[in-house]
Amino acid sequence: MANFITRTRGRQRLHWTDWASYAYLGFGVLLMFGPVLWLVLSSFKTETELQHYPPRLLPYVQQTVTLPGYDDPLLVFHVTQGPLAGQDVAQVRRIGLVSQMVRPDDPTTIVKVPIADREPVEHVALATSNYQKLFQRFNFLRFLWNSTFITVVATAITLLVNSMAAFALSKYEFRGRGTVMAMVIGTLMIPQTVVLVPLFLITRDFGLINTLWGVIIPGAATPTGVFLLRQYMLTIPDEILDAARMDNASEWKIYWRIILPLSAPAIAVLAILSIMWRWNDFLWPLIALSQTENFTLQLALNSFRGEFTTDWASLLAMTVLTLVPVVAVFAFLQKYIATGIASTGGK
Amino acid sequence: MLKLITPLMQIVDVPMRALQRLLGPRRLAWAFLAPNLILFGLFAFLPVLVNIAYALTGSDQILLRDRPFVGVRNFTDLSQCASYLDANSCKIDVFWRAVHNTAWFIVLQVGFMVGFSLLTALILNRKIVARGFFRAVFFFPVLLSPVVVALIWKWILQDQGALNAVLEHFGYPTVNWLLNPSWAFGWAVFLSCWAHMGFYTLILLAGLQAIPRDVYEAAQMDAASPWRVFHRITLPLLMPTMVVVLVLALIKGVQTFDEVYAFTGGGPGSATTLVIQYIYQTGFAGAPRLFGLASAASIMVALVLVVLTAVQLWITRRNANG
Repeated sequence: MANFITRTRGRQRLHWTDWASYAYLGFGVLLMFGPVLWLVLSSFKTETELQHYPPRLLPYVQQTVTLPGYDDPLLVFHVTQGPLAGQDVAQVRRIGLVSQMVRPDDPTTIVKVPIADREPVEHVALATSNYQKLFQRFNFLRFLWNSTFITVVATAITLLVNSMAAFALSKYEFRGRGTVMAMVIGTLMIPQTVVLVPLFLITRDFGLINTLWGVIIPGAATPTGVFLLRQYMLTIPDEILDAARMDNASEWKIYWRIILPLSAPAIAVLAILSIMWRWNDFLWPLIALSQTENFTLQLALNSFRGEFTTDWASLLAMTVLTLVPVVAVFAFLQKYIATGIASTGGK
Repeated sequence: MLKLITPLMQIVDVPMRALQRLLGPRRLAWAFLAPNLILFGLFAFLPVLVNIAYALTGSDQILLRDRPFVGVRNFTDLSQCASYLDANSCKIDVFWRAVHNTAWFIVLQVGFMVGFSLLTALILNRKIVARGFFRAVFFFPVLLSPVVVALIWKWILQDQGALNAVLEHFGYPTVNWLLNPSWAFGWAVFLSCWAHMGFYTLILLAGLQAIPRDVYEAAQMDAASPWRVFHRITLPLLMPTMVVVLVLALIKGVQTFDEVYAFTGGGPGSATTLVIQYIYQTGFAGAPRLFGLASAASIMVALVLVVLTAVQLWITRRNANG
């Protein structure tokens, strides 16, 4: 093991700069992963445990016991002082500073114990109550459906529309091509953030405000996508197209039978980017959607955020469920994502 | 999936074939461009014109024909200040507070983020065991949604949160982080760096790896000190990438809204209200909806972005041409 680590600088020993580098990276792992891990652990805590201060790292659940004569499971406490000291007893009810306890082997005799003299019997366990509540009390599936629908449909439209434009711009010589390219570059300078008011008004004129289509359509054609796909399609040799034309293939057939399959890597990159943009999109949905039943997950999360009080128990569970798809996609497609983002960002 | 697409494409083939016969293969390019250009036109270029129209008209009416023409009054209102350095002396003080906040935010966020991204990229560029893993660790927050990022840190920083518990454990006084204007602003800068630095690290790392090995070998022959190698080789050769990263970070910085809004809602008071949030509040969240002011403010932001984007395009083109 030591040999494996010290391999860094060939046969030499680790230089102090290597130690410093690993210390920095170790700190980075803590700072980047720590908060997310803390979020996930917290989401599996019961509401009582979330109130616990100082917070404990692992989620604890208090032990319960079902006794004859009582409908609900009773909380189990360990008594520290008094006649019952050292025994585990179940609490029937609590009145002020005194709790009424029964011994599990004698569920009819009630003993009064001051609450200072008992401590809960707990064990580490994942409480799924927050997640269950999400499905029972909130319209979580609705938000999930909205987000998924927007992401999938918008990505499909983006891929189709952008790849068609990129095909025209990379494989045809026609008058006005330079102007169109300049237009595409021009749209790069007009992000949604600076045309919010007119975008809202135009979308409203189409009757799309407060519909999922109002979120999907305005951002469906992306300049980034046209650029990315065009650069890739330029590398496809024209001879293949000419050969297909010899065989009397229509231009549309050339587009979807030859160009699309050959640009699959670039299309995959754009698909990943588009899924990310749409799933995480916030400002435009915030403006375009005002009815709760149309909310995306991001909007639902934001609406939970109260000014002074926040329902953290539900919020934590929902946050975790919102980031699960992202983490899953990342885990499988890490390499694609990294190169895709580097190539468009560094463009 | 493919079974669904194939018949669809075959159906589209019929009108496209007819169009091809009508236009000839060369002019068919416009048919391929049409959907994209219509969307660009409706949702990117038309908005610019509508934006100007609304910026030049007043009142809270939504239809353009109901709105009285007011000339540049929205712009003069926005820029009417006794002193630009003192937001309280401005006619619309919230806007200038947002401008000041955004300026500070950009300076701090871009500075720290690019600084740490460079440091991280330099370290990842060394001979490191499990480099791919570490690179992924720094990168993955880029994929998290701004709202999720905001909530993750809000959960840690809340009054009874993990950070205060740790502070108390070691005997330090606890702080109500999000109710203190300076702390809230500082944390907003921090979480924005946390979320985005992986992206810039990745670009800088690619830039570092593009520096030819033999330059370093030559330096080693001359027994140049590590600092001198960094100062005289790495930094100058990384400069083009560095400039791209800086401009990109600036463009994104000006547009910051999501994570800060979800984190603090702009508060406490207006301590973390940024320009985009001002536009959102003026045009959409508040009543009356002052579309004119919001449009005027967004045109001002757009001018800044146009300059920055033009610089970016000019630089990338210059880099590409060697």
